Amino acid sequence: MLSAKITCNSHGQDSSYFIGWEAYEKNPYDEIKNPNGIIQMGLAENQLSFDLLESWLQNNPQPAAFKNHNDQSIFKELALFQDYHGLPAFKNALVRFMSDIRGNTVTFNPNNLVLTAGATSANETLMFCLANPGDAFLIPTPYYPGFDRDLKWRTGAEIVPIQCSSLNGFRITKSALEEAYKQAEKQNLKVKGILVTNPSNPLGTSLSLHELDLLVNFISTKNIHLISDEIYSGTVFNSPSFISIMDVLKNRNLVNTEIAKRVHIVYSLSKDLGLPGFRIGAIYSNDELVVSGATKMSSFGLISSQTQYLLSEILSDNKFTKMYLSENRRRLKERHEMLVQGLQKSGIRCLQSNAGLFCWVDMRHLLSSKTFEGEIELWKKIVYEVGLNISPGSSCHCSEPGWFRVCFANMSEEILVLAMQRVITFVESTVKKNSQSRHQQLLNRNASRRTKSLPKWVFELSFQRELIATDER
Amino acid sequence: MDVAMVNDNNLSKIATNNGHGENSPYFDGWKAYDTNPFHLQHNPNGVIQMGLAENQLCFDLIQEWIEANPSASICTPQGAFDFKEKAIFQDYHGLPEFRTAIANFMSQVRGNRVTFDPTRIVMSGGATGAHETVAFCLANPGEALLVPTPYYPGFDRDLRWRTGVKLLPVVCESSNNFNITQEALETAYEKAKLDNIKVKGLLITNPSNPLGTHFDKETLKDLVTFINDKNIHLICDEIYAGTVTAGDEFVSIAEIIEEEPECNRDLIHIVYSLSKDMGFPGFRVGIVYSYNDHVVSIARKMSSFGLVSTQTQHMLASMLSDNMFVVNFISESRIRLAHRHDMFTRGLAQVGIGSLESNAGLFFWMDLRRFLKEPTFESEMTFWRIIINEIKLNVSPGQSFHCSEPGWFRVCFANMDDETTMIALRRIKTFVLKNKMLEVKIKTQKQCWQNNQHLKLSSRRLDEILTPHRMSPHSPLAWMSPHSPLASPLVRAQN
Repeated sequence: MLSAKITCNSHGQDSSYFIGWEAYEKNPYDEIKNPNGIIQMGLAENQLSFDLLESWLQNNPQPAAFKNHNDQSIFKELALFQDYHGLPAFKNALVRFMSDIRGNTVTFNPNNLVLTAGATSANETLMFCLANPGDAFLIPTPYYPGFDRDLKWRTGAEIVPIQCSSLNGFRITKSALEEAYKQAEKQNLKVKGILVTNPSNPLGTSLSLHELDLLVNFISTKNIHLISDEIYSGTVFNSPSFISIMDVLKNRNLVNTEIAKRVHIVYSLSKDLGLPGFRIGAIYSNDELVVSGATKMSSFGLISSQTQYLLSEILSDNKFTKMYLSENRRRLKERHEMLVQGLQKSGIRCLQSNAGLFCWVDMRHLLSSKTFEGEIELWKKIVYEVGLNISPGSSCHCSEPGWFRVCFANMSEEILVLAMQRVITFVESTVKKNSQSRHQQLLNRNASRRTKSLPKWVFELSFQRELIATDER
Repeated sequence: MDVAMVNDNNLSKIATNNGHGENSPYFDGWKAYDTNPFHLQHNPNGVIQMGLAENQLCFDLIQEWIEANPSASICTPQGAFDFKEKAIFQDYHGLPEFRTAIANFMSQVRGNRVTFDPTRIVMSGGATGAHETVAFCLANPGEALLVPTPYYPGFDRDLRWRTGVKLLPVVCESSNNFNITQEALETAYEKAKLDNIKVKGLLITNPSNPLGTHFDKETLKDLVTFINDKNIHLICDEIYAGTVTAGDEFVSIAEIIEEEPECNRDLIHIVYSLSKDMGFPGFRVGIVYSYNDHVVSIARKMSSFGLVSTQTQHMLASMLSDNMFVVNFISESRIRLAHRHDMFTRGLAQVGIGSLESNAGLFFWMDLRRFLKEPTFESEMTFWRIIINEIKLNVSPGQSFHCSEPGWFRVCFANMDDETTMIALRRIKTFVLKNKMLEVKIKTQKQCWQNNQHLKLSSRRLDEILTPHRMSPHSPLAWMSPHSPLASPLVRAQN
């Protein structure tokens, strides 16, 4: 009676990523009303710089009130504006902003920009343009869980993972690319392209020049597309500085070539400006057929003209955008350090990162078993007992259990401090429990076994206990 | 290898086919207008846009409200404290106050004869997004929806392009005012069966675009019976609900299912939008309202691809929960639409141009059959180019709406001010009167009661455009035909 799409699960909302959200919704932390509630650390939002936007709005009340610079109302014009080419002033301001983020090493042509209702819509639209049902895109793991829905659900496209490993900091390697391509072929899937998120969600790292070169070489050889989801490009707060795929094309003299036509960028203001509710996304492509097709498809999800106008005014204020970008980065860096150091106190390490609104946290040593079941078991404890909604690596298709994404920019400093305290308490008790139970096991074993060397974990545990003991002083 | 071919091979079929439908003549007129748009001061001889179904008659009322309620624009000092909360809110359920306000508005538009449940309100990227979402939910690629002709050209793209769903026409004819008949429905359904195509639903637009008419209770009940018998869905596009000038007369499918308890509610879905009733196409407010819980749930997940900006949700929540404003707006809008509709119909009747009797929509369905050289779509095209290039009006030819009979044109009347309206009417009158030297050829056809009179415009200028077939310009029948549209029951009764 209904379509297959209704009855299948490709929307991905049964995944733990969303279950965690639901758990939080039912028992959300509130300083006064629910101090033992769950703290939301699974939402990659940027709430650190609203005050900057609010003060801009207070100083510039006209755009939101549908007024132009002459204080005349343009409500009617905006209410009627449904041209899918978008508001020219907005596109001009947006490409300028994108260029600023990249240190003005590249410029973007507004005619190659297609506006969409959020990056969610941009990614789906690009899939519709580049892949037929059954075609595949290769994506490095771990990746944003939403891709399963955005890229596959209604398009019928497939995702084949490029497996990345903690052994080299989850960097993309040539052999991983080749292996993924082979896997696709084995499954009889035609590979149409690669999609990378740069900076990465959930890793929080920006792609190295080496990785970018690898990607360009690969898509050139295989004659496939490359989508670079750069929605976190404005959140790079540490070196190395951000290298956009467009930088690479420019430096390798590939601009205006066939390869450049197969490179497409996805952008959004949901992360850099913290405005996910306004649904501002964009596709940038050098291929006019893609621009043309995507523009027509954008009819299914245009940006409200009211919002286009407001943002065109904000982003045209170059003094403001420069100040915002630099101040935002500074605050993100500070917050990032807070989280990293806070976790360190509990003996927990993070993948070294220079961007994003989250850290990729290594909790492998806290697993009761080095399996995904062990990971989910630990995750449930963290959500329901510790009261932190964080995202388990398995929901991001990570190939190794024990990694978690923890967000740091969607709460106040006080709440982050509280979260860190909860982690310390939890780790201490876990270590105690584990060492007690293992100690008991040891006691129960054959006496002769005691003369053999103790397993490594014993030393790891005692090392952590010492760390905690030291820091508490 | 050819560069263009490499490119095409690298893109999807969807990206490179014509499913977007923009090669249809519906859009040609737009293009003509875009290159030479009318402007009272700057370009008084430009093309007047009458191909755009927009409602521009009540912006003054909205303007007034906006000025009086600055906190609805969340970024003003009054509303600034709301800013952060709205800016980070991306829950696809939508702001609760927005859903409540929309449900309330939908109810008011229907004279409070029905109420709508806010929890069933699902957002989409305009009605465009709503239709695509509903198609994705109800039909698999290769399956079909039945649609009565003539219908809105955008459906070809919205329902088919990326979904792979087919649209099969239910042919409606002028002989009975383009009403849907049981026969036409059964014929369409059986034909699909013969062609091995699975029909999943019936899509109606009520009030109709392009006809400007709305369905009576009987017809709606018959449709509900039909879809229940066949166990297929009924999608009701009610985006013009607020444009019915005699408001009490409009019957929504929501009312029908209250009166038909045997109707399987899981088959009923409504598409709505604020683009027509309020004149807000730029704000992209589309709504899917389904009585099927499963569809509501999935459509909501799909709404991630086209949510309404919370900035807009907030503004509309404020505006549409102001009951006094809403009631006044709806009634005033109806009055102005009726007035404009009358202006046009009267003006056209004066030169013998009739239209389908209607009292809804932002357009009427103009009968220009007698101006065609021959009752063919080629003639319709030819005459349409005359209308654009000579009369300088962009109207929409019936074939772009898949009308089965040539000679009908959709003419929009609510997207301009009074002055432009007068100029448009003057241009039409001038053109018709200038070409007084007409030839009439009357053909009577046994099965068809309708007007088959052919008036040939044979002025010198037009000779170059038209083919050599001509009748005598001096025929006494030119103005004395018993089939003159002035006497036709199709034209609104003149006082």
